[in-house]
Amino acid sequence: MNDLPQQLANGLLLGALYGLIAIGYTMVYGIVQLINFAHGEIFMIGGFGALTAFLILPTGTSLLIALPVMILMAMACSVLVAMGAERFAYRPLRGAPRLAPLITAIGLSIALQQAIWAFYPDAKKARPFPEFEGPRFDLGAFTIGRGDLFLLIAAPVCMIALGVFVSKTRTGRAMQATSQDPDTAKLMGINTDRIIVTAFAIGAAFAAIAAVAHGLRYGNVDFRMGFIAGLKAFTAAVLGGIGNIYGAMIGGLVLGLAEAMATAYIENIPGMSQLGGGAWKDVWAFVLLILVLLLRPQGLLGQRVADRA
Amino acid sequence: MTALLEVEDLKVAYGKIEAVKGISFSVEAGQIVTLIGTNGAGKTTTLRTLSGLLKPAAGHITFDGKPLGAVPAHKIVALGLAHSPEGRHIFPRLTITENLQLGAFLRTDKAGIEKDIQRAYELFPILGERRKQAAGTLSGGEQQMLAMGRALMSQPKLLMLDEPSMGLSPIMMQKIMQTIVELKAEGTTILLVEQNAQAALSLADQGHVMEIGKIVLSGSGDDLLHDESVRKAYLGED
Repeated sequence: MNDLPQQLANGLLLGALYGLIAIGYTMVYGIVQLINFAHGEIFMIGGFGALTAFLILPTGTSLLIALPVMILMAMACSVLVAMGAERFAYRPLRGAPRLAPLITAIGLSIALQQAIWAFYPDAKKARPFPEFEGPRFDLGAFTIGRGDLFLLIAAPVCMIALGVFVSKTRTGRAMQATSQDPDTAKLMGINTDRIIVTAFAIGAAFAAIAAVAHGLRYGNVDFRMGFIAGLKAFTAAVLGGIGNIYGAMIGGLVLGLAEAMATAYIENIPGMSQLGGGAWKDVWAFVLLILVLLLRPQGLLGQRVADRA
Repeated sequence: MTALLEVEDLKVAYGKIEAVKGISFSVEAGQIVTLIGTNGAGKTTTLRTLSGLLKPAAGHITFDGKPLGAVPAHKIVALGLAHSPEGRHIFPRLTITENLQLGAFLRTDKAGIEKDIQRAYELFPILGERRKQAAGTLSGGEQQMLAMGRALMSQPKLLMLDEPSMGLSPIMMQKIMQTIVELKAEGTTILLVEQNAQAALSLADQGHVMEIGKIVLSGSGDDLLHDESVRKAYLGED
């Protein structure tokens, strides 16, 4: 077990990544009760946006200088696609039975994947993503990759900024009101359509940051990368209590840790040597989802809905 | 003098089912006007249409000289029309203070908002005592006070109250009715929807009796209170 600190660090980094993506699921669900299954693809498109920005910049530009441009481009692409999806795919279906937007989301997810596959140059297989050169940072008990430093800074900054935004600003307050009672929010003078678009946009911006972090960490982007990452982030959102932004981040961290621990240690349990290692990590992540749904369906931080007198 | 609110031949439908079948009434500034009637008469539908949550199928609504038919719900409160909805609909996971602040969402005069919050606490002292509490933890009557206080925060020209006495204890109901009288004395114009006809008519200047989507009887509050058919149908007398 002397690699435990390393496994914990891996788990937390992975979890921060899941948490950033999970914000998009949880915010949209909290306001329109829609599981936006296209959110994984919004994340993926952010990755390709960042890559495009890097390719446009003159060759030889240092990654450190390119990074802000890549982040902005990733956010612009993700936010634009998410706002377009809301406006043209989901808004016309508001008020329709819940199954209709859900199926639309799945269809949109496939369409976006295939669009990148078909039209992005050389995207039929994974495309290499720029990486920070140099050895891993050695922090004594464990090491982290150079690219992970970005995630380590971005995740807490994003979360704190979001927490302040939701609880302190006028738009944040309007967002809470809209999620608790949309019709009454309108009676207060809140333009709920604009609030819904804002929720999609914030979720997409966070997914874009996650996509840059994902590229730096794994060294490539792939048109399929949104599928499994999206499912994991959705799991994280449910784990933390869907609709709750702090729950999404905590759910992400718990899921990341569980996945890292399972990958590293399950094979040491007598009789389970077949079930450890990286090949089984997704299985353990979804086993955790099933357990949460059975034992605590409202999620770790979710509240039972009993507040309507 | 033209009325503050003028409703002409208003029709509202849910799909093919017409819930309001052409009603006309008006509210003069400073008056309390009440719509009474049983469940399903179309009273709540009428209020929800006035505040833009439902779209009229036909007819005209004129408020303060402006037509309302095509104005989206979130722009109506800015015109001076506030709605305290049926079932109270306070924001359960926000505090009492935050609920009141949301009532003033479109206002920008911070000092004025603060003053009006204090006024709401004077009107309903229990809200002041519990200002930091989540609104979902309040009793039904307290939630009703909060819903009324919140609607007043927009400084409305016309306050619409939908069933403020619903589900309340007699004491709490008396308190709410008393508050409505106080608000009127301060010059607030009120459109009151009630199933409790006795209470509503005894404080209204004008009353309209609705039955399955139509106004079947109109008159002053006093007249209706003493009208034989009203007494039979709504006040439980033989």
